[in-house]
Amino acid sequence: MAVNYSAKEEADGHPSGGVGMPGGGAGGGGAVKTRKPDNTAFKQQRLPAWQPILTAGTVLPAFFIIGLIFIPIGIGIFVTSNNIREYEIDYTGTEPSSPCNKCLNVSWDSTPPCTCTINFTLEHSFESNVFMYYGLSNFYQNHRRYVKSRDDSQLNGDNSSLLNPSKECEPYRTNEDKPIAPCGAIANSMFNDTLELYRIDNDTRTPITLIKKGIAWWTDKNVKFRNPTGDGNNLTALFQGTTKPVNWPKPVYMLDSEPDNNGFINEDFIVWMRTAALPTFRKLYRLIERKNNLQPTLQAGKYSLDIAYNYPVHSFDGRKRMILSTISWMGGKNPFLGIAYITVGSICFFLGVVLLIIHHKYGNRNTSADIPN
Amino acid sequence: IRTIYVGHREPPPGTEAYIPQRFPDNRIVSSKYTFWNFVPKNLFEQFRRIANFYFLIIFLVQLIIDTPTSPVTSGLPLLFVITVTAIKQGYEDWLRHKADNAMNQYPVHFIQHGKLVRKQSRKLRVGDIVMVKEDETFPCDLIFLSSSREDGTCFVTTASLDGESSHKTHYAVQDTKAFHNEQEMDALHATIECEQPQPDLYKFVGRINVYHDRNEPTARPLGSENLLLRGATLKNTEKIFGVAIYTGMETKMALNYQAKSQKRSAVEKSMNVFLIVYLCILISKALINTVLKYVWQSEPFRDEPWYNQKTEPERKRNLFLRAFTDFLAFMVLFNYIIPVSMYVTVEMQKFLGSYFLTWDEEMFDEDTGEGPLVNTSDLNEELGQIEYVFTDKTGTLTENNMEFVECCIEGHVYVPHVICNGQILHDCTEELFFRALCLCHTVQVKDDDSVDGLKKSQLSRRSCIYISSSPDEVALVEGIQRYVFELLEVLSFDSVRRRMSVIVRSSTGHIFLFCKGADSSIFPRVKEGKIDQIRSRVERNAVEGLRTLCVAYKELTAEEYSKVQKLLQNAKLALQDREKKLAEVYEKIERDFILLGATAVEDRLQEKAADTIEALQKAGIKVWVLTGDKMETAAATCYACKLFRRNTQILELTTKKIEEQSLHDVLFDLSKTVLRHSGSLTRDTFSGLSTDMQDYGLIIDGAALSLIMKPRQDGSSGNYRELFLEICRNCSAVLCCRMAPLQKAQIVKLIKLSKEHPITLAIGDGANDVSMILEAHVGIIGKEGRQAARNSDYAIPKFKHLKKMLLVHGHFYYVRISELVQYFFYKNVCFIFPQFLYQFFCGFSQQTLYDTAYLTLYNISFTSLPILFYGLMEQHVSADTLKREPSLYRDVAKNALLRWRAFIYWTFLGVFDAVVFFFGAYLLYDNTVVTSNGQMFGNWTFGTLVFTVLVFTVTLKLALDTHYWTWINHFMIWGSLVFYVVFSLLWGGIIWPFLNYQRMYYVFMQMLSSGPAWLGIILLITVSLLPDVLKKVLCRQLWPTATERIQVKIFFILKLVFCITSL
Repeated sequence: MAVNYSAKEEADGHPSGGVGMPGGGAGGGGAVKTRKPDNTAFKQQRLPAWQPILTAGTVLPAFFIIGLIFIPIGIGIFVTSNNIREYEIDYTGTEPSSPCNKCLNVSWDSTPPCTCTINFTLEHSFESNVFMYYGLSNFYQNHRRYVKSRDDSQLNGDNSSLLNPSKECEPYRTNEDKPIAPCGAIANSMFNDTLELYRIDNDTRTPITLIKKGIAWWTDKNVKFRNPTGDGNNLTALFQGTTKPVNWPKPVYMLDSEPDNNGFINEDFIVWMRTAALPTFRKLYRLIERKNNLQPTLQAGKYSLDIAYNYPVHSFDGRKRMILSTISWMGGKNPFLGIAYITVGSICFFLGVVLLIIHHKYGNRNTSADIPN
Repeated sequence: IRTIYVGHREPPPGTEAYIPQRFPDNRIVSSKYTFWNFVPKNLFEQFRRIANFYFLIIFLVQLIIDTPTSPVTSGLPLLFVITVTAIKQGYEDWLRHKADNAMNQYPVHFIQHGKLVRKQSRKLRVGDIVMVKEDETFPCDLIFLSSSREDGTCFVTTASLDGESSHKTHYAVQDTKAFHNEQEMDALHATIECEQPQPDLYKFVGRINVYHDRNEPTARPLGSENLLLRGATLKNTEKIFGVAIYTGMETKMALNYQAKSQKRSAVEKSMNVFLIVYLCILISKALINTVLKYVWQSEPFRDEPWYNQKTEPERKRNLFLRAFTDFLAFMVLFNYIIPVSMYVTVEMQKFLGSYFLTWDEEMFDEDTGEGPLVNTSDLNEELGQIEYVFTDKTGTLTENNMEFVECCIEGHVYVPHVICNGQILHDCTEELFFRALCLCHTVQVKDDDSVDGLKKSQLSRRSCIYISSSPDEVALVEGIQRYVFELLEVLSFDSVRRRMSVIVRSSTGHIFLFCKGADSSIFPRVKEGKIDQIRSRVERNAVEGLRTLCVAYKELTAEEYSKVQKLLQNAKLALQDREKKLAEVYEKIERDFILLGATAVEDRLQEKAADTIEALQKAGIKVWVLTGDKMETAAATCYACKLFRRNTQILELTTKKIEEQSLHDVLFDLSKTVLRHSGSLTRDTFSGLSTDMQDYGLIIDGAALSLIMKPRQDGSSGNYRELFLEICRNCSAVLCCRMAPLQKAQIVKLIKLSKEHPITLAIGDGANDVSMILEAHVGIIGKEGRQAARNSDYAIPKFKHLKKMLLVHGHFYYVRISELVQYFFYKNVCFIFPQFLYQFFCGFSQQTLYDTAYLTLYNISFTSLPILFYGLMEQHVSADTLKREPSLYRDVAKNALLRWRAFIYWTFLGVFDAVVFFFGAYLLYDNTVVTSNGQMFGNWTFGTLVFTVLVFTVTLKLALDTHYWTWINHFMIWGSLVFYVVFSLLWGGIIWPFLNYQRMYYVFMQMLSSGPAWLGIILLITVSLLPDVLKKVLCRQLWPTATERIQVKIFFILKLVFCITSL
């Protein structure tokens, strides 16, 4: 018979705890637990779980599927993109031969505006609706000082901001002690070339109707940009007490003759106010709608572009372009997306093949070795 | 030196004039803050952390200068972090306040004008005479004046101080032990001189001067046996009186508490290194951009084109000031690369994750009703990185349930039941032997049978409980009756001498000295007796793994005794070096013994100890056993628990061997033996376990170790240590026997500071392991020291639980946190690098790519929860598999998932993804139209597109890494994405009246209305994820790790099972 002893099994703590300093400052997870922990799946880390692993076998089909999906998509996009008609004219006039060369060094306030005409020929007809863009290069609309230089409250029709624009608009906030409406560098530098398009048919110039509405986001035009409110609809009165941006030839309430396209809700203005992401950008200028189903919107043939050249870009090495483009469901001409899809799809397909080979060559090593088939 | 007037009575005039000293009151303040200073002090504390300070600086920079992002973007997260931390710390401090108050208001009885008064503990002052009743804790450090026990002793447990739950005897001051009531106590006129408070629990030197009327005061020395420490509990004694000498924050307990140091995990260190790398990247990015900005701007039309003029003050600003502000602005722009939220997430993951450990049912011990305890969640992941386990033997590997096996008297062997029948006590020597056993102890009979937790003696008819400071003794005493002897002196036990003696006077007037102790300390002091027979028996028992104890005696003449008494008295009175002097005296007295016999007590292995050790070794962890036991006993235990196996070649580095050869030769011989093998094979540190390799086990004893550790005369101390380490590194198991507690810590330190800086874990159960536990990276305390849990980082009920704790929980914690850290850096590289690239296209103007809301919420809400829950739930392999295949632990050894290679891979993946996002979006947008109505998008749509791709890629990348998809993971991952979309719709869906810009208005919806944007998003996500998937698949296929093989195997088994069941 053995003598049993267990003097050190003094389990229970001392009445007062005896310890003046409770657990470490690090805040351990455990208070003194004397009860058995719950046997819940969560606490025991036994929640039912899906346990996928990426093996060559499981990834293989994915690669093939991606390849098989991406390549047709890519081809589709590529074809669509190639079907888009696009025509671009650089009318900056840096080359001496260019008709606009004379206007190269215009300033803002030259009156009458310097005008020039550029003739061009469309080789192919533009079947569907045509969108007319102006493009600027080397123009940093995304410069931080520029991007923030606006007052959205003012543009939203807030009357107090109208007369007291945000400080962000400096140095385009006030002029001669009068608040500028719209304030800020963006508004001040609004693009103000006028572009007109003529079709030349046997030496007769037929103007092409350019639609100036529908070029801005609907939400911008109807929600984000609002004219100041007040008695009546007379914009001149509503903008009372403000002055025009320094570079503008005329105040904001004289941008357009139509009241629903005037003031802050002028679409050219709204388009300009959406700052571009990159220094080379284009902005929608006009729409050319297809008249009827029999005729293409722009037939192949000779055209001329009349430019009222007001916007100086030469000082910062900029370029100005006019772009005519048709649009598909996926926007304008962009070979990148199609090529990228085809490339990625092919790579995936190729990798699938490589993996298949590897899987067959090395696959037995660690998978099926100890598993009967 | 401090002087205390007992009971606040001035010493009689004419004695030395003392300078009155001021002492603190007995208030314990463990709380850091008060109600008033919480806010400033807590803020100060928090901003002392480098990361927080960095974010504060960024925030201030944003406030002061004109920066690209609003201060909100960094202020809000910072505020969140600070608030959460402050709430947590405030709560902890509130708990501390509560505990302090409970302590400080605890009623204490003390004597005032001869009457017993009840007061709050905090009002106690130095010099007060305090009464403590049984089972109460001492309110401060007391000098023990008198006890209700006649012999002037009392028993205390210091379980909450050092983990020792056994009863220790303390002695009242000789001159005052007769004072038994309040009036007598009040009449006491004495002063105490003692040292200033010191943190060492076991050291105390002082002197008491007791004044009797007008006579010269009698001086008495005071030692630690007279000192009752705050925090200790009075046991088995009705009441005691004591005088307060150290109060409040000056008590030894309080001083000890403050000294606890902070341990940092390897992951945290890696994290800080990565952080510095990223800080360098950040600074260089900002510098590059600043320089490029000025190079680019050197042409005036770029710096200030007509359409974008500067304000007057901007123009006038000094160039250098401008450049510096630009630099700061770039810093602010890119600062998100060091994520604020990472710290919060890591803290939360650790804190919440630790609950899984405490909740683990398998680690719950039914017998004691205790589960594991986590004292610091900071070290969770360190449990997955352990390379060395230092374990105590007794009580940790073994049960510490002593069973008396046999005794050997004069060479005859007796087994227990014979003794109990009382048939053998006829021989004179035997009688003397049992007398010695009965006398030479400090066992007390506890008459109270209401104490639970103690097993009652099965043999004795009376309900007696034996309490002692040594478990051996109780085992021996229980069968044997007590003899009537008068106790004269006790030469108490200590771990250096490893023996104890008593001097007693028998009823016949003979004076005996009985000594009992470890064989190694007894045999050299024996001059007669049947030495050889007993020695052989002792060695046999030791080989069987029994604990042996030798007993010897000698008779003293009256003269000899008086001489001894004088020596002892002198030594005890010494104020300085008392312990050293006592040891010298003991050495003088304890010699020329007559050997009586030896006892053997068995300490059984804990259940599954062998299994656990085997698993740990398979996991590549080196297990060292550090014990105070003798070599043979310890070696037997090691064989039993499979630390050493049959084919293990044992290398000995013991005192015996060193006596034969010089230490130098022994070491070189051993290293030659060891290195011969490892030299020929690949020098993989972990290969020690492969079957074709010779297994080495090293046995070293305390004396040999101290020789190795001792610096040599010529100063080349490092030499032996290096050699010793080299040997150890090549041994799969090491047994260190005959270790003093401090040597255990020394060993741990030696290994910890060796050149590989391995992660160490120490596990022990008693006070003698505390130093080792504090020294190791992770300290675990087992059964005995439950009360001392605050010294340890983790506490587990049984040794066997170590297996699951390391192999499963530790592995999980490590895998989870390393992925968390890497992922955090990755997602912020993805986040910020496009921002950096964008600077090249916006004239280095610090224009942000993303909207403020996105900048702010990216880390806080869009990508935070999936990774947090990954960090809590991920199980790359099931827990059962990890337990079954300990070798998987090696896959994460040496911080494998946070090595530079892994870090660089993640960073490059981040950069690659960022490049894909940015240039993908760039090519998609560049000078073209992406809507079907011909309208144009602006810069915010561009940024939103990049951001959408970013959020999806980063979340899906985590989804690809998740191996354990519970509904929570599904909810978090898909929920985050849905939340992002919903938030974006909402954010852009309203003209927000409180914002002064509306740049995001309808941007997200417009983007979604564009076909190419959708196609682009899908394409870019695919391209970003492709390389990672490919790398994963190829690595798994071509160079699979053990973990991956197991994963695949289980995957296929599951598939097979599914196929079979579906058939």
